[in-house]
Amino acid sequence: MLRTEEMLLNVGPQHPSTHGVFRLVIKIDGEIIKEAKPVIGYLHRGTEKLAENLQYTQIIPYTDRLDYLSAMTNNYVLCHAVETMMGTQIPERAEYLRVLAMELGRVASHLVWWGTFLLDIGAVSPFLYAFREREMIINMLNELSGARLTFNYMRVGGVKWDAPEGWIEKVRDFVPYMREQLEGYHYLVSGNEIFINRVKGVGRYTKEDALNYSLSGVNLRSTGVKWDLRKDEPYSIYNRFNFDVPVHDGGDAWARYQLRLAEIEESLKIIEQAVEQFPAEGEILAKVPKIIKAPKGEAFVRIESPRGEIGCYIASDGKKEPYRLKFRRPSFYNLQILPKLLKGENIANLIAILGAIDIVLGEVDG
Amino acid sequence: MSEKDLDQLKKEAAEKAKAAALAKRQAKLTGESAPQQDSKPADKPEVKAPANDDDDLAKRKAAAAAKAKAAALAKRAREQGEAAPPVEAPAADAGDDDLAKKKAAAAAKAKAAALAKKAREQGEEAPPVEAGGDDDLAKRKAAAAAKAKAAALAKMKAQEAGGSAAADGDDAKAKAVAAAKAKAAAAAKAKAAALAKQGGSDAPAGGDDEKAKAIAAAKAKAAAAAKAKAAAAGKAGAEEAPAAPAAPAAPSPNQPYLDKYVKVIEENLGPDVLEDYYINKLSKDVPTLVVKRDTYFKLAQFLKYNERLGFDYLSELHGTDFETHMEVYVHLFSYKNRQSVALKVKIDREKPSIDSLQPVWAGANWPECEAYDLLGIQFTGHPNLHRILLGEDWVGHPLRKDYEQYDVEV
Repeated sequence: MLRTEEMLLNVGPQHPSTHGVFRLVIKIDGEIIKEAKPVIGYLHRGTEKLAENLQYTQIIPYTDRLDYLSAMTNNYVLCHAVETMMGTQIPERAEYLRVLAMELGRVASHLVWWGTFLLDIGAVSPFLYAFREREMIINMLNELSGARLTFNYMRVGGVKWDAPEGWIEKVRDFVPYMREQLEGYHYLVSGNEIFINRVKGVGRYTKEDALNYSLSGVNLRSTGVKWDLRKDEPYSIYNRFNFDVPVHDGGDAWARYQLRLAEIEESLKIIEQAVEQFPAEGEILAKVPKIIKAPKGEAFVRIESPRGEIGCYIASDGKKEPYRLKFRRPSFYNLQILPKLLKGENIANLIAILGAIDIVLGEVDG
Repeated sequence: MSEKDLDQLKKEAAEKAKAAALAKRQAKLTGESAPQQDSKPADKPEVKAPANDDDDLAKRKAAAAAKAKAAALAKRAREQGEAAPPVEAPAADAGDDDLAKKKAAAAAKAKAAALAKKAREQGEEAPPVEAGGDDDLAKRKAAAAAKAKAAALAKMKAQEAGGSAAADGDDAKAKAVAAAKAKAAAAAKAKAAALAKQGGSDAPAGGDDEKAKAIAAAKAKAAAAAKAKAAAAGKAGAEEAPAAPAAPAAPSPNQPYLDKYVKVIEENLGPDVLEDYYINKLSKDVPTLVVKRDTYFKLAQFLKYNERLGFDYLSELHGTDFETHMEVYVHLFSYKNRQSVALKVKIDREKPSIDSLQPVWAGANWPECEAYDLLGIQFTGHPNLHRILLGEDWVGHPLRKDYEQYDVEV
């Protein structure tokens, strides 16, 4: 009989499938994972500490660098927290620009996930398609904000730049194009039997586990919990749009795959309606003081980022810098369940399970 | 205290209306409006006189039942020769009459308009507003009187100077809006109104109402600068406006939830569990519980497993160094009831330690590690408390306010 020995294996910190610098120490017996220990912090920049010495507007660029695949939602959560405390009314046009930016960002983020997830499990060409479409979104956001990834676009009270001439039309034209491509994606991948067999039943957990481990976003909705903060605790102007919250009760990687693609569709619906309702003119920044000071007290707000529930806690002593700033970073919370999922799994499923969670290390490490 | 304020308000309202009436009468007689102050002693009869006209067209239409009642009261008061405190007596009588009160409130706006209209025709009509307003609480009375006065003055000015009519009209309109809002907020306490009167800016953040009020006040002030006469109107506007910030005192929509949580907790765990509880207005009205350190874990367990509470989801956990103490902030959510609660616990800053929530919600695992790493809070009962972000050789806890960097080169 063949004798096997337990062995320690380091995955990462530099590993293409970790999408950043993430290390996983696994103990394997043959091909079976006995234990997995995630090691994080390689990208910790102390955003919260830095923020304590920065004015609110100066913190916004730092939020871009948390979840750098969806910087618009990070911009928004900070502004939203300050605005909630100040009771600021946001001008219509600014709200629409914000929603458009966030939803475009969500599509781009899911595209990156789709491409890289498939790349991780061995399908190379989807990655190229996904990045082609993502590039179009990035170009649009670049025209809007002047940056491709780290937008620094939103401000307390509105947004920094108005939409340039012809931008809205570009966004409008993008929606049908993206729908067509999405169909192609499904044709290319979603019906592929090899792919389905590869992800079905992999990384499965129950609804109870999901809630217990504080999972959010697609990771939670893939267990049948219909919960989307855009719908259930509406912020900004999301209550004006018709869209569904896709849910699946499979609880596995296959469910999460389907949900993310379905969410692209829903985001396109929102973008379509926002373009339609887009006010012809108007202010893009509310009348806020030059130096923003949140009133004394504390507030915690949460919104729906592509990765789940992103939150921002501010404790203010009435000064122009926050006394304490804390981000509830969805990837950080979502990653906690990984050791549980990996235990007893075949090593070949490691990357599929990790990939399906959809983490961004900038966000995990803060 | 509040009764005193009521009296004060009543008196002021009465005086104002009287002054306005007199000014109008003089305007009618001389073609010019006189300053309001010198009219005070002369106007007692004025208050009563209009009551006779109450059966007239415009006003009757506008104020209907409330008006009739006020007229009757005013008449009676005149008969008894006790017109001196004209505000007091009717108020006492009418105070019981809910119907009249409601009607008066509903008709107040229309009344003001009708009155202004009438004021153009006959100068003596202003005071009845006050008589009608008597049925109500002092605040509503004050608002109605001030509004009527503002409208009447504006109209009067329109008569006098056609040029500035438009601007004044706007002014009056803005004021009327502010007054209407004030009326909507009339349910709030007289105390709040008095406070607001002393200094509107001290009142808690007011949102729309305050904004509208500010606009109204600003407009009133601009008008005052333009014309010496308009100063009176401006004052009226400024005075009616502070009634508006009573709105923030309205109970939060989440108040019932907070009450429920506290009730369930006290029924099951006794009264000594919570240190404090309140609605955090700054944080989307989240019900906030401040729990005592010793009962933190017990309460957390209870919040999760109690059938009526069922907070099955830990959304956020972090610590804050408040220099006087450390604090752990936990945001919980119940997917069953779709409700949030914020749980806070104060702990000693020098030796910060608290029970771990990891056994209750597995999701508290890493956040507690983070709080330990960055703030040095010891979570007892945590299965694997370690420096999750900085690494085990790091010296100090950076988010503590007294943190000093061990290696400045880093």
